[in-house]
Amino acid sequence: MSAAFSTAKFATQPFPLNTTSPRSHDKPLFDPLKIPTCSSPFLGSTGKLRLSSSSKLNLHRRSGAVVAVSDVVKEKKSKSTPNLLITKEEGLVLYEDMVLGRAFEDMCAQMYYRGKMFGFVHLYNGQEAVSTGFIKLLKKEDSVVSTYRDHVHALSKGVPAREVMSELFGKTTGCCRGQGGSMHMFSSEHNLLGGFAFIGEGIPVATGAAFSSKYRREVLKQADCDHVTLAFFGDGTCNNGQFFECLNMAALWKLPIIFVVENNLWAIGMSHLRATSDPQIYKKGPAFGMPGIHVDGMDVLKVREVAKEAIGRARRGEGPTLVECETYRFRGHSLADPDELRDPAEKAHYAARDPITALKKYMIENSLASEAELKAIDKKIDEVVEDAVEFADESPLPQRSQLLENVFADPKGFGIGPDGRYRCEDPKFTEGTAHV
Amino acid sequence: MSADPKVFLMGEEITKGLLEKYGPERVLDTPITEAGFTGIGVGAAYYGLKPVVEFMTFNFSMQAIDHIINSAAKSNYMSAGQINVPIVFRGPNGAAAGVGAQHSQCYASWYGSVPGLKVLSPYSSEDARGLLKAAIRDPDPVVFLENELLYGESFPVSDEVLDSSFCLPIGKAKIERAGKDVTITAFSKMVGHALKAAELLEKDGIDAEVINLRSIRPLDRSTINASVRKTNRLVTVEEGFPQHGVGAEICSSSASVVEESFGYLDAPVERVAGADVPMPYAANLERMAVPQIEDIVRAAKRACYRSVALAAAA
Repeated sequence: MSAAFSTAKFATQPFPLNTTSPRSHDKPLFDPLKIPTCSSPFLGSTGKLRLSSSSKLNLHRRSGAVVAVSDVVKEKKSKSTPNLLITKEEGLVLYEDMVLGRAFEDMCAQMYYRGKMFGFVHLYNGQEAVSTGFIKLLKKEDSVVSTYRDHVHALSKGVPAREVMSELFGKTTGCCRGQGGSMHMFSSEHNLLGGFAFIGEGIPVATGAAFSSKYRREVLKQADCDHVTLAFFGDGTCNNGQFFECLNMAALWKLPIIFVVENNLWAIGMSHLRATSDPQIYKKGPAFGMPGIHVDGMDVLKVREVAKEAIGRARRGEGPTLVECETYRFRGHSLADPDELRDPAEKAHYAARDPITALKKYMIENSLASEAELKAIDKKIDEVVEDAVEFADESPLPQRSQLLENVFADPKGFGIGPDGRYRCEDPKFTEGTAHV
Repeated sequence: MSADPKVFLMGEEITKGLLEKYGPERVLDTPITEAGFTGIGVGAAYYGLKPVVEFMTFNFSMQAIDHIINSAAKSNYMSAGQINVPIVFRGPNGAAAGVGAQHSQCYASWYGSVPGLKVLSPYSSEDARGLLKAAIRDPDPVVFLENELLYGESFPVSDEVLDSSFCLPIGKAKIERAGKDVTITAFSKMVGHALKAAELLEKDGIDAEVINLRSIRPLDRSTINASVRKTNRLVTVEEGFPQHGVGAEICSSSASVVEESFGYLDAPVERVAGADVPMPYAANLERMAVPQIEDIVRAAKRACYRSVALAAAA
């Protein structure tokens, strides 16, 4: 790996990663004596494991030319000009989107326990800064590919709360008419290319969308096609082969994509530190010839700064970026998860770093908004979410005839019946039975 | 490809002629990463292009089956028709020669059981040309199962087939040889075997009708039923495993022969399939594991109540 690969957009100097200095300004939650060589940002529940992984990290620190950049650099930059980070209007948009994500998910939990939604429902609470920080910078034509934890990505991308809630209720007014469900939100209008329920599955699909942008520009000569794609996935996925396959091809073909790792430290009940040989995921970017950046995923302004650079790079045709957002989910893996494996101290640590509270504080302290203005947004969002629930509740269930619709774009795919006609041409085809 | 610039080809070590004609932007040579490049193809199809994903053989599609089934076949439904996936997965399928169990397998019934997929299997040059064009033009994901051993065979081709407008409909079988005594259904390489079997049967006074299925899903139940109602006897032939195979689908439950034409059958349906074992390496065992012409002849004779010793038909 040559140091010639430039990350000048991200760092004013090549920044040698140094685990002896903290990567974030948070005070370590655990007694520093327990962690003599490293105040790792990964505050997993198992201190012992942290020790072993940090000693392993030191073994890898041979070369001085590391291209990955942690957020410390960004932080220095931001400290000097805090007021230039966002305007009032931008701040209000971010705040509203994060509050919407939180309120929506809290409502989902209520509705789930009331039996209004079913199956697996994975909530996003705590991670809002990532969705908002990235997606609010996109144009409508840009694409988002998500995971099973996809409600809030859909909301940030502009899919109306009514349609997302209705989908969760399994109603015909849902964004996929009740055919997708919690883990499979799609919207062609908003270029939300799906929630994918399997680990790693969305990454190649996102890479393919990015490939299309490049193909349109270079082969179809649509010179103005500068669409970028965001692929969201978690820390657990970064141990999956499809992640590596796509980092390689995205860098090889210089695709306009940003790989956004939402590292919430837990892959269901598996601690990231216990599952990953080198837990610093962002370092895998340079291994494939793309910048890798670590950012505090509980700080929407930092996420946004990094996102702006990465999206700009992609739009300019300079290729992909890997961004690791260190974040935390405030709830269990899904609503079916009793969440007994995570250390209460760890949960409390991250709860104290709530990204919404932090943004609120920042805006008030910097006179970007008054308490009353933000309260008004909270109230407005409560109404939006209430309205979404009412809308979903009152919406009709899908008709029986819907069962066989959309299996194929061309329903002739159901073939020819014994009478020699296409089955889909039979008016009774979707009425009586699923038997085809 | 020349008709629609949205069509592009990707895969490992793909066709040299096309690369020269269309250039590396439209003929992408990928790393050996089936899950990755198949998913990329699917994503490109989500986003308006028409990829043709080539597997070196369909055995490697196992590495990418999640994308074929979960990402490609189900998306139109899950998105309620918002996102269709016009993609073709092509490559050689079925038993090859001497390559052992992991490289010799027929995937027709595997993919044939998945809603949202269309599964085509050409036999001749005419089939290959007409069906591949139909597959590329189709708005849904198509699994296109070719046969490595047929690549080396040549077929007579009519002027009609060579015409640039030639295309075949998806879901229609072709009667390769008309006959009145017994219906033999087959696809891909087995069509050739069935035709040769029909020649041998003719010598014994049995006039076999050979149906080239062409399309595994949707299956042309209409043509099969019409033929069975005429001949009253049915032999199904495939290279794949017998249990839950294409033959099983044709002759039982929802595949309508038993359902629609049971009363017309004069004999139990005969199923000729590959042996129920992973493909052996040894050439003699391998021969035993895939249907041979004589197996088809024997099955047809049984269906016609003729023993090998030529007893009179019932």
